[in-house]
Amino acid sequence: MKNYVIKRFLLMIGTIFIIASLTFILMHLIPGSPFEQDRQTSAAVQENLRAFHQLDQPLYIQYFSYLKSIATFNFGPSIASPDTTVNELIGRGFPVSFELGLWAIGIALVSGLVLGVMAALHHNGLLDHLCMGIAVLGISIPNFVLSTLLIQEFAVNLGWFPAATWRTPMHMVLPVAALATAPMAIIARLIRSSMLETLTQDYIKMARAKGLSPMRVVIRHALRNALMPVVTLLGTLMASILTGTFVIEKIFAIPGMGRYFIDSISTRDYPVIMGTTVFYSTILVFMLFLVDMAYCLLDPRIRLHHHKGQA
Amino acid sequence: MAIHKNNKLPLVSVQALKKHFPLNRHQTVKALNGVSFDIHKGETFGLVGESGCGKSTVGRTIMGLYPPTAGQVYIHGKDIHQASAQENKTRQRQIQMIFQDPYASLNPRATIFEIIAEPLEIHRVHKNKNDLRQHINRLFEEVGLNPAHAHRYPHEFSGGQRQRVGIARALALEPDIIIADEPISALDVSIQAQIVLLLQRLQQDKKLTYLFIAHDLAMVKYLSDRVGVMYLGQMAELASSHELYANPLHPYTQALLSAIPVPDPDLEKKRQRILLKGELPSAINPPAGCVFHTRCPQAQAICRQQPPVWQEHAPGHFAACHLIAEGNR
Amino acid sequence: MKPHEQDLFPPEWLQPAIRNTGDLHNTIERPYVSYWQDAWQRLRRNKLAMLGLVFLLALVSMAIFAPLFSPYSATAQDLRNQNLPPSALHWFGTDDLGRDVFTRTWQGARISLFVGFMAALIDFVIGVAYGGYSGLKGGKTDAVMMRIVEILYGLPYLLMVILLMVVMKPSLLTIIIALTITGWISMARIVRGQVLQLKNLEFVTASRTFGASPGRIIRKNLLPNTMGPIIVQMTLTVPSAIFAEAFLSFLGLGIQAPHASWGVMTNDALPVILSGDWWQLFFPALFISLTMFAFNVLGDGLQDALDPKLKK
Repeated sequence: MKNYVIKRFLLMIGTIFIIASLTFILMHLIPGSPFEQDRQTSAAVQENLRAFHQLDQPLYIQYFSYLKSIATFNFGPSIASPDTTVNELIGRGFPVSFELGLWAIGIALVSGLVLGVMAALHHNGLLDHLCMGIAVLGISIPNFVLSTLLIQEFAVNLGWFPAATWRTPMHMVLPVAALATAPMAIIARLIRSSMLETLTQDYIKMARAKGLSPMRVVIRHALRNALMPVVTLLGTLMASILTGTFVIEKIFAIPGMGRYFIDSISTRDYPVIMGTTVFYSTILVFMLFLVDMAYCLLDPRIRLHHHKGQA
Repeated sequence: MAIHKNNKLPLVSVQALKKHFPLNRHQTVKALNGVSFDIHKGETFGLVGESGCGKSTVGRTIMGLYPPTAGQVYIHGKDIHQASAQENKTRQRQIQMIFQDPYASLNPRATIFEIIAEPLEIHRVHKNKNDLRQHINRLFEEVGLNPAHAHRYPHEFSGGQRQRVGIARALALEPDIIIADEPISALDVSIQAQIVLLLQRLQQDKKLTYLFIAHDLAMVKYLSDRVGVMYLGQMAELASSHELYANPLHPYTQALLSAIPVPDPDLEKKRQRILLKGELPSAINPPAGCVFHTRCPQAQAICRQQPPVWQEHAPGHFAACHLIAEGNR
Repeated sequence: MKPHEQDLFPPEWLQPAIRNTGDLHNTIERPYVSYWQDAWQRLRRNKLAMLGLVFLLALVSMAIFAPLFSPYSATAQDLRNQNLPPSALHWFGTDDLGRDVFTRTWQGARISLFVGFMAALIDFVIGVAYGGYSGLKGGKTDAVMMRIVEILYGLPYLLMVILLMVVMKPSLLTIIIALTITGWISMARIVRGQVLQLKNLEFVTASRTFGASPGRIIRKNLLPNTMGPIIVQMTLTVPSAIFAEAFLSFLGLGIQAPHASWGVMTNDALPVILSGDWWQLFFPALFISLTMFAFNVLGDGLQDALDPKLKK
């Protein structure tokens, strides 16, 4: 198992490296990028940029200093807001985005689980079709569309929730709902098919034959195995939630990192774009790595082998 | 070791053929470990042995599907693995193969017309569709299929009919040599007889040469002129079919023959079956000395130490066993 | 010389009785139904999937014909008629520049569908070529190619697309390029998996014995036997491409004004929501959702219909 961990870790580092390099190449490929002379930016800003990114130096030196700055998480000054550095922007925005994302994943997991299990237990019944109907809708409606619909209905028409910003728990309801719906639907469908498969296995029939109370204990037995595919999917889900935060933050005017990212795209604030892209990717890849580790630990076959090796 | 029959070059000649398949970085499966024999024009050469003895590998290596690890295969006197691309194309028209599994050897998504047409299309035999269609209809009739069913799919036919399709496909390019890799093992017994008769008739009509690979000894005897017995990648014995069954020299052949049931119940009760002890050793680490010594009821010390020499002990009758040479049977 | 026991019976006794072997039907079979016909029958029974199919066909027809027959153009501005609610003149109302929402919606349909199908097609071509070759070759080539895929798979898809769109000038072509740069990976994996399973089957070996080239083997032997999973994958690629295009347009990275894509329309409609002009948002949103819904249920239905294991 140790080999596996090391291999995944190296893969993670490698991926981050590739992403950083790709970003570097792309940013320097753009003709007329502010890394060259740009009339729109003031002399002071250009001086800052030149100093930080070492723009006088040949390209490969720039590349290495870039890599170094990445490794030390220092992304340099922003163009659009010359007084702030990218790091500061990230520092301000990331906690908000992280909170949003965490709530979304949590809600998605819990509600997805409930929906999926209910559907599986009432296979082909009314509840099954209902839950799966909700699920298909959830997958089909893009989150930005859903956000606008939610605002339209619950904020404007009914006035239950505020439409924007991020101050009180009431402010959190609509954004989290919009963000969590699609992942919830995906989880629900996955759990349902996974449970259905698990429930037909022999060891479940055995448990029932032993006289274990059907609902509680069977759920406990079957669910543990049915969860595996969901864990595998967790990585992709996190990626989609991450990209989802861009849009949600923009629509709901939430001061998270995503909104700075979107704004930087419109203003072509390249240092911010670069920095946040690399930062996002690192977070993502790191999360994937954690999920891999969790999967490793959860799968008793891998765990037991490990123990056998030690004993 | 080419035996010249009537002073003519044998059609197929296999010399010291070895084929090892890599299992992982350290180990190889020694499917073929030094096999030599010839096949003469017009004869049916039977190749028998248990599963895993390498007889299928021999067939496929002769077909050119695997490059050999060592040794050579000569067809019409030419080394097939030193051939140019042009010679390869020619050779593909001379030697064809019939496969064991009538279910897996036909593309489930092609009509049987397309299946039989495939070799003809690849080799661009016919200039127009009509000639192609006529040729295929003729093939249908030769193997006993109804041309009206030409546009059906394999899964609509029975196993015996599918095997006929396989035979028709093998005949399409009008080869001289056909390698039949266990063509009847997957069929019901009643169908086996039909297919065997078909193969015999085709051989007569078209002057074909067969390499007939099987594990059913009775059937092999019925069909073959000469028979080779293989064990764990090597040839144990080779003789004319009658001679082999009348006078088996190698202990393995003797054991195999003793296991064939006899239709006479009284005889069946009285005769002695030779039981082999132990199990088939792994082809990854074949035993040293004579590969058969671990199971041979007559094994001696020398059998553990030295591999026996492949020798002609009687005209046309070859075997590899220490005990024959010493006259100790 | 001792006669062998088997020679007790003269060989003539052992000849099987000769029958006319012209038309052997010694199995009981159900009426002839090809794989595709069977799949179609099963799909037909799935009402939801058929609903999706019908909707998509209707959508495509409308996308082709509606803008042609509409009296309005998708881009002509008419500042006297801004923000009109749906009426007999403007079935879907007008937007804040006086443009007819109905025509724009169908124009948007054209764009979204085009992007979706192109993306699926390109994914198909690249994925089949890459996965098919990798699977067929096997060995080291396969290992290397799959390593590359693994690394590419680890890159966050949408982030990369966004990055690319920032660098390239946003247009229809660049969107399609950006979407297909990493989209083919799933297809390649599926095709490779199938090829690995199939290539050792005897009918593939048989083709090799008469000298079929690798291209021919992929086309005639492997591909027709893989079409099921490939088609299912393609029906799932289209909605994700449509979603990505809408997403990018929404962020301002996609199709630019004045062209109408559903994403652009949604983006434009946002500020107007609070003043109650619901129709500008409603129609593009409705159609994005319905289209993706239709593709999803169709894809689900196809998956069930094409799965040979479920064959009754």
